[in-house]
Amino acid sequence: MTATRTIQLEVLRYRPEQDAKPFFQTYAVPVEDEWVVLDALNYVKDELDRTLSYRWSCHMFVCGSCGMMINGEPKLACKAFMQDYPSGKIRVEPLSNFPIERDLVIVQDDFVEKLTAVKPYLLPKQDKTVEQGEYLQTPAELKKYKQYSLCINCLCCYAACPQYGLEPSFIGPAALTLAHRYNTDSRDAGPEARGDLVAAHEGVWACSFVGACSQVCPKDVDPAGAIQQAKLYSALNFVTGMVKGDK
Amino acid sequence: MRVETADIIIVGAGGAGLRAAIAVAEADPNVSIALVSKVYPMRSHTCAAEGGAAGVIKSNDKLDYHFDDTVAGGDWLTDQDAVELFVNEIPKELTQMEHWGCPWSREGDGHVAVRPFGGMKIMRTWYASDKTGFHMLHTLFQTSLKYPSIKRFDEFFTTDLLVEDGRCGGITAIEMRTGQLRTFRGKAVIVCSGGAGRVFPFTTNGAIKTGDGMAMAYRAGVPLKDMEFVQYHPTGLPGTGILLTEGCRGEGGYLLNKDGYRYLQDYGLGPATEKPVLKAMELGPRDRLSQAFWHEEKKGRTIPTKWGSVIHLDMRHLGEKLINERLPLVRDLSRNYVNADPVTDLVPVRPVVHYMMGGISTDINGATTVDGLYAAGECACVSINGANRLGSNSLGELLVFGARAARHAVEYVKTARPMTDAAATAQASDVENRIAALYKRTSGKERVPALRQQMTMSMEEGCGIYRDEVSLKATCDVVAEVRARFKDVALEDKSYVYNTDLFQTLELGCMIEVAQALVVSAIERKESRGAHQRLDYVQRDDVNYLKHSMAYYNPNGDPRIDYLDVVITKSQPAERVYGAAAGGQVTA
Repeated sequence: MTATRTIQLEVLRYRPEQDAKPFFQTYAVPVEDEWVVLDALNYVKDELDRTLSYRWSCHMFVCGSCGMMINGEPKLACKAFMQDYPSGKIRVEPLSNFPIERDLVIVQDDFVEKLTAVKPYLLPKQDKTVEQGEYLQTPAELKKYKQYSLCINCLCCYAACPQYGLEPSFIGPAALTLAHRYNTDSRDAGPEARGDLVAAHEGVWACSFVGACSQVCPKDVDPAGAIQQAKLYSALNFVTGMVKGDK
Repeated sequence: MRVETADIIIVGAGGAGLRAAIAVAEADPNVSIALVSKVYPMRSHTCAAEGGAAGVIKSNDKLDYHFDDTVAGGDWLTDQDAVELFVNEIPKELTQMEHWGCPWSREGDGHVAVRPFGGMKIMRTWYASDKTGFHMLHTLFQTSLKYPSIKRFDEFFTTDLLVEDGRCGGITAIEMRTGQLRTFRGKAVIVCSGGAGRVFPFTTNGAIKTGDGMAMAYRAGVPLKDMEFVQYHPTGLPGTGILLTEGCRGEGGYLLNKDGYRYLQDYGLGPATEKPVLKAMELGPRDRLSQAFWHEEKKGRTIPTKWGSVIHLDMRHLGEKLINERLPLVRDLSRNYVNADPVTDLVPVRPVVHYMMGGISTDINGATTVDGLYAAGECACVSINGANRLGSNSLGELLVFGARAARHAVEYVKTARPMTDAAATAQASDVENRIAALYKRTSGKERVPALRQQMTMSMEEGCGIYRDEVSLKATCDVVAEVRARFKDVALEDKSYVYNTDLFQTLELGCMIEVAQALVVSAIERKESRGAHQRLDYVQRDDVNYLKHSMAYYNPNGDPRIDYLDVVITKSQPAERVYGAAAGGQVTA
């Protein structure tokens, strides 16, 4: 295979056992036009430097492993195409707003805890046994939440979110979107059953609606839209609650 | 060494592992679970399944039809007791997924919709657009967060099973964040580690699909069953091997050779009708379609590209609305990776390694020959797939058999004797020493990437869609050579935190064992059946080979191959019939 051109791949390195602080290391990588940045990283790993670590698996933008900063933007390395980087210089760093575990590998415990906290599972409106068959849901009802169910948890939105960068207690775009996905599912008992977390201080109200999350989402999930909708529901719920005398 | 304890340890947190964990938690909340995975659950390769999961639900369908399609699709190498149980249980499992929130695509009245799939006589494949595996995986993962008895160990790389006197009592696993080895002690272990497509160079499988669990069980003495049966999916993107779902053809896509001709009609699958007909043409089974490609290539009727020969998948007549609704990921992948929009362009595709029919030999409860050791999902071979899996049976399999293995394990642990401390400690320290030796070795001259490439290329050359004695023997020699040279690999990265040089080295060790079981099983099966096609033995031979191959690990050489009878209950082996003679209905 003959490479079309050679790029300079500048990679943030950090091995906590030996490096006092992160530094950039540059690799000259012969690339094909059809390649993505992940292919270039794999070339480095196989041919140039066995000590480079990063996460990846599916290479088809669905497993969400390879989120990283590419020339300053949060992207999936498997969806960052060489032809979009004509200058021949690509800088790769771990996702912003997360601690670095090693090289391009971030610590993502915080997200997993937040996801767990929002109860991202169906709390059925009506109990039904398997023998009683499926819940009915029309295509229109499905459409209401479908987009929000497409989140692959790649965390690009957290890396883009200025609010998460400033206030780490913010639940953040992906977890709020998944809570909203269930809250708007016609089979679900809705926000009241899911609890106050979404409407709490660190929930939707902490979002300053910059919309960076939706701009960087590789699956067009539109977390900003979900959060705005959730704010509306939350406000309506508050008003309804006052009328009913709950609050 | 730090020791974790749980009643049941599950290795792998993809579809099968998560389903198993939930089944344990629901069966008995007092049974503690350690769910151990080398990746976060949502990264598991179940996410890449696109097309759907077959289960009888519509009034025009019958369990017997699903049974017949599956048994014939597997060229009668399926165990019919397992298939019967599978087709009975899968509709309930899929409904359960619906109750857990899986966003199944719907009909206008709100009922779950089904789509046509290859080799299926009736439309019965439930789907969530073209991201079915992704939605199932996330539904299972998110649902699993409800159960306090499920304790997850994300990014723990399992290295070995602990086995004493034919009884499994735990695992050893490396905490990837620190590089520290831990022992997990339990009364039962369920291996749900997925497939091994990465033993081939060109595959739909993600980087993590290196056969770790298969190799672990194999080294522990459990036979690997029917490993020679490797499924080539007919429509992968050239270069990357990215999967384009069979749903493309289910919805009516055509396969065209370089002359724009629907060549499948020349291979017993015709006639070529405008609307798709079930069990005919593009809706034939995967083995037949991939074999037809091979013949077209030999005849010079494919299109050469720098990524190998291709044919064209034509979806232009389906229209933008249908493609956006039912095949949005296919459109996204095709546009991005091969610069072809299915709405307006032909999409280049070629067959690509997709699925292992074989795996860890289990019974219908997922139990292996080692007490307390279970397996489910692609890593297992319970024999519902036989010599060729039908598309949309694997997502169902991981649910049905993940849950069955779990329920059986819950009963088993009630009376199981734990492994002795002495044996567990001794085995764990053997593993520790082995890894320490790998770190210490400085003289190694072999490199993991080079060995991996040599082996995988040889697998494709000698053990591909068509094989013969000469090609298989050549591959067998390469695998044996790579296995010997592997002993001379030294780590180039000596650190402990998230050391992917170490993990790739351990993975290659697993891939070598799996590859050897595969190629030796293929040499010994001197017939052609399903996905195992021999140019030197072109006929199916029911007299000698209506049997499962059982490969037993041999640390010093080729595995010993033994055979096990196929379970036949109500369907006697017959000719597989596709095309007009199959009498399939027009789909739409």
